Amino acid sequence: MSSIFLNALVLQSGYNAALVALGAALLGIAAGSGGTFLFLRKRALVSDAVAHATLPGVGLAFMIMVAFGGDGRNLIGLLLGSAVTAGLGLLAVEWITRRTRLAEDAAIGAVLSVFFGVGIVFLTIIQSMSSGNQAGLEGFLLGSTAGMLFRDAVVIAVGGALAVAVVILLRRPMTLVAFDTEFAATAGINVRRMDLAMMGLVMAVTVIGLKLVGLILIVAMLIIPPVTARFWTERTDRVIWIGGAVGGVSGYLGAAISASAPNLPTGPIIVLVSFGLFVLSLLFAPRRGMLAALFRRRRFQLRVHRRQGLLALAHNEPIFDRLTLSVLSREGLIRQDQVPTEKGRAQAAKALRDEKRWAVARQLYADEAVEGRYDGLTPIETVLTWDEIAEIDRVIGPPTAILS
Amino acid sequence: MAIAAEPIDIAARRDPSASVVNLRDSPLAVHELTVSYGEKPAVFSVDTMVPPQSMTAIIGPNGAGKSTLLKAALGIVPRLSGRVTVFGQPVEKAMHRIAYVPQRASVDWDFPTRVIDVVLMGLYRELGLVRLVRRNHRERALSCLERVGMADFADRQIGQLSGGQQQRVFLARALAQNADLYLLDEPFAGVDAATEKAIIDVLKSLKAEQRTVVCVHHDLATVADYFDHVLLINVRKIAEGPVATVFTGENLQKTYGGRLATTHIDQLKLPVG
Repeated sequence: MSSIFLNALVLQSGYNAALVALGAALLGIAAGSGGTFLFLRKRALVSDAVAHATLPGVGLAFMIMVAFGGDGRNLIGLLLGSAVTAGLGLLAVEWITRRTRLAEDAAIGAVLSVFFGVGIVFLTIIQSMSSGNQAGLEGFLLGSTAGMLFRDAVVIAVGGALAVAVVILLRRPMTLVAFDTEFAATAGINVRRMDLAMMGLVMAVTVIGLKLVGLILIVAMLIIPPVTARFWTERTDRVIWIGGAVGGVSGYLGAAISASAPNLPTGPIIVLVSFGLFVLSLLFAPRRGMLAALFRRRRFQLRVHRRQGLLALAHNEPIFDRLTLSVLSREGLIRQDQVPTEKGRAQAAKALRDEKRWAVARQLYADEAVEGRYDGLTPIETVLTWDEIAEIDRVIGPPTAILS
Repeated sequence: MAIAAEPIDIAARRDPSASVVNLRDSPLAVHELTVSYGEKPAVFSVDTMVPPQSMTAIIGPNGAGKSTLLKAALGIVPRLSGRVTVFGQPVEKAMHRIAYVPQRASVDWDFPTRVIDVVLMGLYRELGLVRLVRRNHRERALSCLERVGMADFADRQIGQLSGGQQQRVFLARALAQNADLYLLDEPFAGVDAATEKAIIDVLKSLKAEQRTVVCVHHDLATVADYFDHVLLINVRKIAEGPVATVFTGENLQKTYGGRLATTHIDQLKLPVG
């Protein structure tokens, strides 16, 4: 199994598997980077409506091509058909949102289900048709790689490259529109046209990905990579690059895994791989990850308890909070019987003095630079210079000793 | 460094042919503007003419259509009727001479972008789709941040800023646009005292550079200190003109109706007369 997987990984498990892996990687890059603005514009679900709206187009194109005596399964024809109805679905969502009082989510729900329903009706009709070779059309639902041809890979490569080029070309106006629509409109950007371009991009990625991952799962390839990328960076341009990389790696790895064993579906495995990368990022990303956040919160909590404990010692108040007690005793600031140690008394005196200094400082410097830094935890010497502190100390008088 | 923070330096860089042509025309003239979000007009048949190089406050109660007036003038919100000219040209043709500062709450501050990137957005007209961001662009963005006292924050993610700092970054972006007409929607809403001071200083320096400033403003107590012109509206225009003659208790009563207690008006620093 593992050697089969390694073979697949280095494109050594057959011509078809290699084509699929390369195609999936290219599709992943295009979808991952192209989905970035969809995610940042908070319109991820529109892509779901667009994807489902491709199905009637596939059926219609098949029937038309058969009616004219051609091969109903001509890929270019099917993709053109899917693009037409996907475009109609997109315009329907746009129109409903703009012209009625319905919110976008309602419009998406309506368009998605109606178009998908029509598509299923067409597929059922096609199955009962005697002419044409209709086998394989269901593959557009969940994707299929069995009959992938070199031509299919070329469609993905060319379409994907165009999509990436559009992302790079329009990244600036799209960023502006996603961040601040009103400002973008005054800065000379046609917001509506930019939104249409964004959706056109999504449509293109969906259409070229139909054969490989299918219309139901393509949304995952558009959304999961940028969401994953967001954990690692605070910059839009990097979300695009990282999103593309996550998509590409997911596509390649997913295709390799599914090629390494019989009966592993490609599209779903690709989605699962990208979900794996998402979970890893969610947990372990250095700044925005959950563990980092938990760790930061815990450290902050300990600082708060330490400070509260020291001030309680300074004021000779009893401490009841168990966390406070454990923080203090762990640092050797109090003894078992909760009596402060030498070190504890010194630190308590310092904490008390810090508070007094802050109280004076906040009156002296009522501006944000000082006032905004007061949180009850920040030592004053990290905000003011020693000269300024000496000035404050003249107001307060000499330090008071803390008695046990 | 060749770029100084002096306002005059930026003024000199402006294209002279663009500025001189019609500086005498009103920077913002609105004729019979009506806007409606449904069947009820939010702004009804408002005429106004902002004087050149003035600092004008748009004042009125909540829901009076102050922000809507600005947005409709800019074409962000569709106009039901009315004509808007900027320096004598139809507003659509003069957008490059306008810098607009939206309300701070109108954007998602968790957006993946840094302070400097936001200011660079102000150079979009210059950079366009393909031009690379070069050092001189970056330095200009930094000098704009310098003017609002935010240069130290250039590399911060915008979500880490306080409300006042966010507002200053928005102002810096507008400065980068190097416009002749500055339209600001509630720039002082919910900011700290230091930010308020920083913003008003910058706005006054813009006026000193012969630019025009229009603010939607809600704090009646500071109107006389900050502005020289006022436009009082409550769906319809109530009054407009110099603060000294128009910002009176009587006009405020007309604008706010019962919502403004007489004692409140008495406390304002109203011009005598």
